[in-house]
Amino acid sequence: MRISVEVNGQPHDEDVEPRTLLSDFLRHQLGLTGTHVGCEHGVCGACTVQVDDAPVRSCLMFAVQADGRSVRTVEALGDGELHPLQRAFHEHHALQCGFCTPGFLMSLEPFVRDRPDASDEEIREALAGNLCRCTGYEGIVAAVRQAVRERR
Amino acid sequence: MKPAPFRYEAPRSVDAALALLGEDAKVLAGGQSLVPILNFRLARPATLVDVNRVEELAYLRRRGGVLRIGAVTRHATLERSDMVAQRWPLLRQAVRHVGHPQIRSRGTIGGSCAHGDPTAELPVALTALDARFHVRGRAGSRVLDAAEFFVSHLTTALRDDELLVEIEVPALPAGAGTGFAEHARTHGDWALAGAAVVVAPGYASVALLGAAPTPLRAGEAEAALVAGAGAAEAARLAGALVGDRWRAALTTALVRRALEEAGA
Repeated sequence: MRISVEVNGQPHDEDVEPRTLLSDFLRHQLGLTGTHVGCEHGVCGACTVQVDDAPVRSCLMFAVQADGRSVRTVEALGDGELHPLQRAFHEHHALQCGFCTPGFLMSLEPFVRDRPDASDEEIREALAGNLCRCTGYEGIVAAVRQAVRERR
Repeated sequence: MKPAPFRYEAPRSVDAALALLGEDAKVLAGGQSLVPILNFRLARPATLVDVNRVEELAYLRRRGGVLRIGAVTRHATLERSDMVAQRWPLLRQAVRHVGHPQIRSRGTIGGSCAHGDPTAELPVALTALDARFHVRGRAGSRVLDAAEFFVSHLTTALRDDELLVEIEVPALPAGAGTGFAEHARTHGDWALAGAAVVVAPGYASVALLGAAPTPLRAGEAEAALVAGAGAAEAARLAGALVGDRWRAALTTALVRRALEEAGA
C-alpha cells in the first residue's frame, strides 16, 4: 500500500506491506535506526516515537496507520547540539548501554515541555512505561528533574 | 515484520466497517492488546478492519446528564476531560491505571471493553457505573448492560459482524463519592485485583477486578452498605466472593481502600 507520512518534518511517499510495523518501517525503509526495537510487544518502551506529538509505541502500530500523520523520532532532537533533555541524561549518567535511551527521550520530551511543575512522583510515573536494564532509574529521574527545572 | 499477512481495510464510517466485518475479520482499534497478539501470531485474522479513521466514533458528549463515549475515543482523551473528572470522577480514577501514557495515547475505550480482559480497569469502572453498551451489526442495533456484554475471559457478547459503537454512562446519584484501587506487581502492569465503587445516600455499587472471568458486582456488599454497614464489613463481604485466600485478602483490602476513598 502507498502511504504519505511526514517524518521529522520531511515528507515521505513509500510502499509498505500492511503488516509492516511502524518501528520496522522507520528503521529498515527510512534508515532511521535511532528508534530501537526491544520486546516488540509493547512492554519495554524502547521503540517509543511521537505520532502527531503524542508518544506511542511504534511496535504496536502499523506503518499504514501513520498514513497522513506526522511522526517524530529521536533523530529530531537537538540540532547540531544536544537537546536539553539529552544533555541532562549525559550529565546525570542516565544511560549506560544506551539501548533504551531513545524511547525514554521520546516519551519524556513532551512531559518535560508540558509539566514544568512536575513532582518526583509524577516524573517516576511518566517514565514507568520505559524499561532500563543497566543503570537503574535514579540517574534517569535526576536527569528528568533537571530538565523539568530548567523549564520553570 | 512480526504478524502473519492480512488484508488491511481502513473504513471511514460505521456502515463501511460493518460491511467488512464477519468471520475471520478482526476489528483493529488502538491495537494496544491486539497488535501484541498479532506479533506473537497468537491470532492470524484474514482481514483487519482498522476503525481508527471512523471519526464519527471519536467523541465524549454529555446530554441530559448522560455521558456518551464513542468507542474509538482514546484513553488519553478521557483522562484529560475536565467534564469527565467533574461528573464521572471514577473514570478519571480508573483510566490513570491503564498501562502507561504511551499506551493511553493510542488505546481506545471501546477496544478495552471489546477485548474483554477481566483485569482491565475501564470495564470494571463502567460496570460499577451501570454503563450500557451500544452495539451495531448489519442486522440492526442492540443495547446491552455490563452483565450481558462481558461473557467470559476475553469474550464478549459481540458477534463477528458486530461493532461496539458507544458506551452510555448514566449520571451518578446525588451526593455520590467514587473510589478506585488496584494492586499490580509493578506500576502499569496488569492488575491482580482491584475495585471500583460508587457510594451515595441510599446507594452503593461495588465492582471487582480480577475476581471472576468478567467484571463482578458484589451485590451483598452493596446491600450491606445501603443498610448502613461500614467499609470494613462491606469489604469483607466482597472479598468472600473470591476463591483463593490470598486473592480474597487482597480484594478485601482494595475494596476497603476504594470505599474509604469514596467516603463510605
